[in-house]
Amino acid sequence: MQKSLASVGLTEVAQSAAVLPISASGLRVTRGGRAILDGVDFTLSTAHATTVLLGPNGAGKSVLVRILAGLLNADSGDVTWAGLRPDRRRIRRIGFVFQRPVLLQRTVLENLEYALGLHGIPAEDRATTARQALARAGLEHLAGQPARQLSGGEQQRVALARAVVCNPDVLILDEPTANLDPASTASFERSLQSIRANGTPILLITHDLGQARRLADTVVFMHLGRIREQSPAAEFFAAARSAEARAFVDGEIVV
Amino acid sequence: MSTLTDAFADSVALVARLDPALLEIVVLSLRVSLTAVLLAAMIGMPLGALLAVARFRGRRSIIVLINTLMGLPPVVVGLLVYLMLSNQGPLGVLQLLYTPGAMIIAQTILITPIIAALARQTIKDLNIEHDEQLRAYGLSAFERAQTLLYEGRVRLATALLAGFGRAIAEVGAVIIVGGNINHVTRTMTTAIALETSRGNLALALALGLILLSMALAINALVLSLRPVRQTAAPLGVRL
Repeated sequence: MQKSLASVGLTEVAQSAAVLPISASGLRVTRGGRAILDGVDFTLSTAHATTVLLGPNGAGKSVLVRILAGLLNADSGDVTWAGLRPDRRRIRRIGFVFQRPVLLQRTVLENLEYALGLHGIPAEDRATTARQALARAGLEHLAGQPARQLSGGEQQRVALARAVVCNPDVLILDEPTANLDPASTASFERSLQSIRANGTPILLITHDLGQARRLADTVVFMHLGRIREQSPAAEFFAAARSAEARAFVDGEIVV
Repeated sequence: MSTLTDAFADSVALVARLDPALLEIVVLSLRVSLTAVLLAAMIGMPLGALLAVARFRGRRSIIVLINTLMGLPPVVVGLLVYLMLSNQGPLGVLQLLYTPGAMIIAQTILITPIIAALARQTIKDLNIEHDEQLRAYGLSAFERAQTLLYEGRVRLATALLAGFGRAIAEVGAVIIVGGNINHVTRTMTTAIALETSRGNLALALALGLILLSMALAINALVLSLRPVRQTAAPLGVRL
């Protein structure tokens, strides 16, 4: 099965253009009469190292990244990947890590091999490539373990390794450490720093201000379906421009 | 009472010494039912998976049809297959009536809807669970079905066992299209019916014991497979 998928992916993915920059303009999403996104313009380019999307619940962060990644459609507005409309094949150039890892009921190694198969990596090369990726993530000792029987923290790190095993153009993460304990979070963040150091742009949603301070190069602050502020992290945390962002940074309840 | 006791003792002896006549019937039954399960799996698994992941015109009609076919009494399936395969029927030229081939066709028709429905439910649950991740992979409906069929392999094995259990225990359809011919189309269930009517309780009981053992083994297997996945949805048909 994987071989046939691989043969499909091999030519098409190899020939496909990159996805960056991802640009969105005038995104609007309304549900139940409430604006989830209210005219969002945003561009993510290779120049951004780690962009952290901050904001209170209901700000529209998760919906925005899903639209940017081609997982959801906006009611109106445009998204382009490298100047072209999103397409099903290029979506594989985006690595996505969700809040809850959903791994396949296979071993850790086979989970990575599956992703490699989708990217057209020949069957005989997959195990080696997957093992190298696990080694980089410090997970090689788990290679033969059933993925679904690992701890939550380990599963999320495997999900991260799986997302980057094919060298995506960009890595998007939606609150990946929300369900992890501090030790697992620290371990996850180390993996993320290492991925960033290898040059993969990262777009990270987090509620965790401490995590944002540790990881962000750029901060995008959202509130009530709009981007209120986008600035370098140091500048944002030193002197956020909008009142809502200042309140959020100060730990006040922002609704 | 002593007749019953004697019959039971004789039946145990028949099983214990692997009586050739008994073995012949058991082997034929297994050959017919396992072939039917294989064919039904080849049709029912992909069909169930596609019904679970794809949205297409006529999908609901197929689901209604599968529901209807699940409730078909075996004798009705037997009658329909008989009409198709009889000399005057559209497939009469194949000369399959009263052969194991006819019984395989009947059992396949009988259990394909069961396997398709169980596969659909399994894949539907998995599709909900893996939906975002699979969308992030940009899979087509066909690729998604392939992935989820493999993902659900343990639970799907229980669907096959359920189908096998239904096929091996079925009597109404195979007696109509097979004719219960000695050494040709005599299965465990048709033999039990015949031998009981002839008063040969020992052979009937021996076959009954074997069927019962198979049913126990199948249920034990199903039970041993189910706890593998902690988050598994309850096994059942909810079309």
